[in-house]
Order: sequence, then structure tokens, then C-alpha cells
Amino acid sequence: MPGKGGWQVVILRDKAQILDAEGMRRTLTRMAHEILERNKGVENLALVGIRRRGVPLAKRLAALIRDIEGQAVPVGALDITLYRDDLTQLSYQPIVYRTEIDFPVTGKRIVLVDDVLYTGRTVRAALDALMDLGRPNVIQLAVLIDRGHRELPIRADYVGKNVPTSRKEEVAVMVKEIDGEDKVVIRERED
Amino acid sequence: MALRHKDLLGLADLSPEEIEHILEQAEAMREVLEREIKKVPALRGRVVVNLFYEPSTRTRFSFELAAKYLSAETVSVAAATASVVKGEGLLDTARTVEALGADVVVLRHPSAGAAAFLARHVKAAVINAGDGMHEHPTQALLDLFTVKRHKGRIKGLTVTIVGDILHSRVARSNIWGFSKLGARVRVCGPATLIPPGLEELGVEVYYQLEEALEGADVVYVLRLQRERFSEQTFLPGPEEYARLYGLNRERLRLAQPDALVMHPGPMNRGLEIAAEVAELDRAVIEEQVTNGVAVRMACLYLLMRRGEA
Repeated sequence: MPGKGGWQVVILRDKAQILDAEGMRRTLTRMAHEILERNKGVENLALVGIRRRGVPLAKRLAALIRDIEGQAVPVGALDITLYRDDLTQLSYQPIVYRTEIDFPVTGKRIVLVDDVLYTGRTVRAALDALMDLGRPNVIQLAVLIDRGHRELPIRADYVGKNVPTSRKEEVAVMVKEIDGEDKVVIRERED
Repeated sequence: MALRHKDLLGLADLSPEEIEHILEQAEAMREVLEREIKKVPALRGRVVVNLFYEPSTRTRFSFELAAKYLSAETVSVAAATASVVKGEGLLDTARTVEALGADVVVLRHPSAGAAAFLARHVKAAVINAGDGMHEHPTQALLDLFTVKRHKGRIKGLTVTIVGDILHSRVARSNIWGFSKLGARVRVCGPATLIPPGLEELGVEVYYQLEEALEGADVVYVLRLQRERFSEQTFLPGPEEYARLYGLNRERLRLAQPDALVMHPGPMNRGLEIAAEVAELDRAVIEEQVTNGVAVRMACLYLLMRRGEA
């Protein structure tokens, strides 16, 4: 419904919980194992989280990888706001955060980490942003939730959970670093 | 937090929160400048017109680079001062510029209020790149940004601005900016170059440089226009000015040991600032130039995004 100043006010209600804190931990542990298996260890490996919720997820995956393999991998944070092509459709002024990648990406095997994979446009922007920083050997994609509805030919290499959704729904990944708790819920727009 | 204005005309119009927001965004832009490839596609297809009615190599280059790093198209128009003293001339040029599809007009003009005038008549966002003796907001923003990067804060700092306060739009914008963010602002210069009534803005006025420097965290030296010496009423001569108001090493000792030395450039070494002072590590004059690009990127980005609702 039209809101104050022409803004669209959307009311969402929680429909179902997909993951709780424990489920999220187990899912991330499995993904960490898969990343190690596919890359045959940690050599040249680096994780890059897409701001904002991809960053804490990347850090957790890195911690799990260190626990499993006994070796640390570098972690960076990528802000893609300046690379988005859908800004004209947003009704607010986006905030640009700093990109913090303090290792050279050239020659690295980069695992890009995000919370939800949806249209694929965020990932495309992230690929552009990453390429501007150097020339990685390989870029792989890890997402906690794949909710479908792709608009670009992009698929993830590591998926925590596939969650078929309708476009009326929204997948909310909450992490304790930002939201104070760990869980994933599906919310539905009220008509 | 978002910018509530269509244009950036002066710091007098901005709230402390808006100023802080621009500085935060400039931090992200500064990161882009540190990259090997200093270019992001954020403003692809947008048009920035630099309309300069006064010569200014630095500011123009800075805006041009800022726009280019954001992938906007830029056009620079250097208009002759004589043909545009009247508002009508400016308005005609502006309408043409808008008809050509400009999203932002960056205006440098010798008359105070020119940017505000233009802003009322065009749909494009207008950025004031210096209007007469009035304001130079992006210069003050880059100064605030530079101080914040070094000191971690603005609030509670003592900032001493030295020189020709009367004719300086840089001083005026900086007085607004630093005061709004909670710094204590002192100004110092010959009595002929201090406008009356400054105290009403909460500024402390000094005529003795030594007193003004006492305990300062930031010493901001203004460029002295040499033509002020020929205008007999303002100053006796360069030697006397340098002797009384030039920032040298001994005088700087009166400020805090880690006080930043700043200057909007280009410097008259040996006049308002001693060459050896300009070379000190804590003289951040070159860094001000780099930060100027980051701050202007932030301003262009925020103003252009503002219209997209």
C-alpha cells in the first residue's frame, strides 16, 4: 500500500523457520568441509564475504576451516553498492561501506560468500568488484540459502540449503553478529 | 541517514548528521582511491558539468577525477568572467547545460550566491565549488575528513584558522563545518582582514598569532592573495605579514606537539607558511588534495542518488 511520501510500506509476517542456530552451525560446517574437499586444502584459498551478512558468514567458515585443517585462511569484506545496476529501483539512498580486502586477490582461489542467492544480480556485481581488485585464479560461490528465481546465468558452488520460494516471500538470514541471533526464516508479504 | 537537499550549496545549510554522513561515505570512496584500478561503475551514464567562471586548476581537476572514478561523463566549461557578471548570463548557460542532459552542475563563480541562484533555476543538482567570498563547502568537507582521519574525531578539538578571514570562503565554510561538529574554532589575522561580528558564530577572534596557536590541535593556514598588498587598505607589505602572521617552526611549538598543519593550497612559501613547516610530517597538505577527490566522489554520489526515489 502507498505510504508516507510515496514510499511503499510492506508488511511481512514470519511464515516458517528454515534453520535455527544449531542447524546453521551444522550447515556451515558441512560447507567448510566441501570447500576444503573441492580445493584440496587451503593453499591459495581466501574467503570474501559480501556486505553485510556475507561477511560474518565468511568469517565463520574461515574459523571452521581453521579448526578442520589447522591453518588460517585470509578473509575479506566486499561492498558492492558502487557496482549495483538496480539502484534506480530502490526507494532509499544506499549506504556505501568500505571494501576491506587486505590481501592481493591475484592468483588466489576466492570463495565468495553471501547469505541468500536470489536473482544473481548481487553476485554479478560482486564479480565485477572483485575483478577490479585483481585477477583471481578461480572464483567460487558459497551461499547459505539458494531461493531460486535467477535472472542471470549464475549458480552457487556450495549451497547451505535450497529453499524454493515464491516471489511474494522473503528469506531473512539473521546472524548474531548483526541481528543478535542465528536463524533463517521465510516471511510472507501481507496483501 | 540521507541528504535532504537537492544541492550542496554550503555547510551553513547542512545538519551535523548530514555532514557526518558525507564524511562516512568519503571513507568508502577513499578505499576506491587506494586501489590499483580506481574506477567503479556507480554513476555510469550520468553527466557532470564543471562550470568554472574563475580559474581553479585544483578544484576542477579534483571534481573531474571524482566524476571519472565513478564512471560519469564529464564536461568542463571554462567561461570568461567578464561575460557573466550578470545573473542572466549564468542562467542562460545553465539552461543550455541542462538541455544537454546534465545531472549535476559543479559551479565556481566569483559572485556570492551564484550557486544558490542556479540551484533555484535548474533541475540538476548544483554543487557550489566556491562562490565569491561566501562558501566553498567541498573544501571544508575534505578538511574535516582529513582531520577526522588523523585525530579520530572533530568534537573537542581546537582549530586555529590563520590569515585573510575576511575574503576567504574556505575560512567561512570551515568555521561552519568545524563548529557544527563540536570543535572550538579560533580565527587569527590582521584586524583589517577579520570581518566584524564573527564572535556571534561562536568563534574566538585573535589578533596575535602566538595567542591563537596556544594548545591548538589543528593549525589551518589560509592562502594570502598577493593583490591584497596592492589594495593599500588591507596590509602594509609581505615582509610585515610574514613577520607577524607567518607560520614558522618556533610559533608552531606553541600548538599541541601533534598539531596538524593544513593549507588549502597552493602555498606561498615564506609568506603565510615557512617552507620547513610545510615539509613536516604532520603537514597534511598533500593528503588534503587526495582526500578532496574522495569527498567529491561522496558528494556526487549522494546527490545523484538522492533523486532516485
